Amino acid sequence: MTDATAQLPGAIPPGADRAAAPLRSSLYGDRIYQAVITAFAVFIPLLLILIAISIGIAAWPALSRSGLSFVTGSKWDVAAGEFGAAPAIYGTLVSSAIALILATPLALGVSIFLSEIAPKWLRQPVAFLVDLLAAIPSVVYGLWGVFVLIPLLRDPIGPFLSNTLGLGKTSLFSGPNYGYSMLAAGIILAIMILPFISAVTREILMAVPRSQREAALALGATRWEMIRDAVLPYARSGIIGAIILGLGRALGETMAVTMLIGNRAEISGSLFAPGYTMASLIANEFSEATNDLHLSALMAVGAVLFAVTLLVNAIARWLVWRVTRASR
Amino acid sequence: MNRRARHTKSRVMLGLTYVAAAIATLPLLLILLHLVREGAAYIRPAFFTQMPRPIGEPGGGMANAIVGTLILISIASVIGLPVGIGAGLYLAERRGSLLATTVRFLSDVLNGLPSIVMGIFAWEFLVRPIGHFSALAGGIALGAMMIPLVTRTTEEMVRLVPVSLREAALALGYTRWRMSLTIILRTALPGIVTGALVAIARIAGETAPLLFTALGNQFWSTSLREPIAALPLQIFAYAISPYDTAHGQAWAGALVLILVVLIISVLARFATRSRFQAGSD
Repeated sequence: MTDATAQLPGAIPPGADRAAAPLRSSLYGDRIYQAVITAFAVFIPLLLILIAISIGIAAWPALSRSGLSFVTGSKWDVAAGEFGAAPAIYGTLVSSAIALILATPLALGVSIFLSEIAPKWLRQPVAFLVDLLAAIPSVVYGLWGVFVLIPLLRDPIGPFLSNTLGLGKTSLFSGPNYGYSMLAAGIILAIMILPFISAVTREILMAVPRSQREAALALGATRWEMIRDAVLPYARSGIIGAIILGLGRALGETMAVTMLIGNRAEISGSLFAPGYTMASLIANEFSEATNDLHLSALMAVGAVLFAVTLLVNAIARWLVWRVTRASR
Repeated sequence: MNRRARHTKSRVMLGLTYVAAAIATLPLLLILLHLVREGAAYIRPAFFTQMPRPIGEPGGGMANAIVGTLILISIASVIGLPVGIGAGLYLAERRGSLLATTVRFLSDVLNGLPSIVMGIFAWEFLVRPIGHFSALAGGIALGAMMIPLVTRTTEEMVRLVPVSLREAALALGYTRWRMSLTIILRTALPGIVTGALVAIARIAGETAPLLFTALGNQFWSTSLREPIAALPLQIFAYAISPYDTAHGQAWAGALVLILVVLIISVLARFATRSRFQAGSD
């Protein structure tokens, strides 16, 4: 036994004087170690504060000049020095809404499939394939969107929606259909946020106690009734959290959206019309911005985006945490 | 509703989840299929060894962009890994403290920060004061994006280390810091490596934080103080150009990028799996 301990580095050799020296030096070592890892931990809040402050300062000239009309004004005219970000905010909300409407039912279906229904051998591969969607870089989604999705939207999806289904009469699908549109951005965003929503939802469903399911089945429920009446209500707030988490992703997604949305600072009721999102506005104009006010206005768009995603993420994390904490 | 109707409904709804699973895996297969079909023809040795030709001219490669991406990943890892692992150790060891709870929450928030916001922050903080774009600014922006991911996986993995190991080390007279760095960190290492790989896979394809920091470069450059080429930036530039040959290069670049990312992701997955199996034995 003593031989084994003597060989270990850092162990106090048997018979050593334990009194003063080793103890004190070990305390110093511990203190230094604690200080270092605490410093690394504190770095994270500091980084966030630094980001907030430096973007805030850079955005201030434009924000103080335009005031509230920065978010309500719908005219983004660089030459005239007029900066109203409403079209970009509108585009961000609409494209994200399309993404959520398309992705949520799918993500729910996949998660239920993976946690409740799928045969065991199918679970791993399907979960892996869906998770891999999250690993595809945004710019590759953009590339695929430009050369595959956009042509498909021009023909046959666009004409199918407006003529065959007769939706062309509604304002939602009116106007010319060039492919580059709010709809294209929404569809690509739906594919991109699907893995995020489904991964969290799956985890939440797994956290629902077995007893919930067994109780429902014992009362004579079918498997679907068990899912609908016992599993989903228990997981509800966590699922909402997962959806909001997906929303946070969609709001800030940049490259794919910039390549597909058409980049026009206009508010249009039609989903076929091109638009702008806050992220694509920054990506598109930042490197061309030469005067200070324009730069500051783009920084202000960044600040709004930062604030919105911060809020959305905080709400989502809190909702997810409320459900999963019990099972930890 | 009678019994049969209820069971039919149940079967229909369960069937729908099969459909949902099928639809959800479809985009991945479609994208991969298209990448291989369009890009594979352009992947020749020249693609890895030659410089890009002027846009619109056929031929050429992406040697500078591939090397640039490797350099950017290295800078990012030098920053993101130590900070992330250190912060993860703190979170695991001081689990319940107020600071730990705050840091854990904020690192999740940082994880959700749009990459374009990180891009304009890096520009404001590192490019504007210095006066020119640089590889260093791009690498630091990517490194900052790695931190929350590495932090959370490190925390999870360190928590999995059995308490008995800690107690054994302390009973042998190990000091706490020595126990953490030699026993705990070494035991958790496979999991931490997985986390690092996942983080690297994620930032390797990031474009938005590089637009205003690394900027991209048509020429060969490995200097950290100069603008540098990167695969995602190159793909973006080619994708929005009007020439067919450039589009081919974009597909090929995307295929290379996605192969790298997928290989890293699969490696990471296998690393965790073998770890968990070893742990449960």
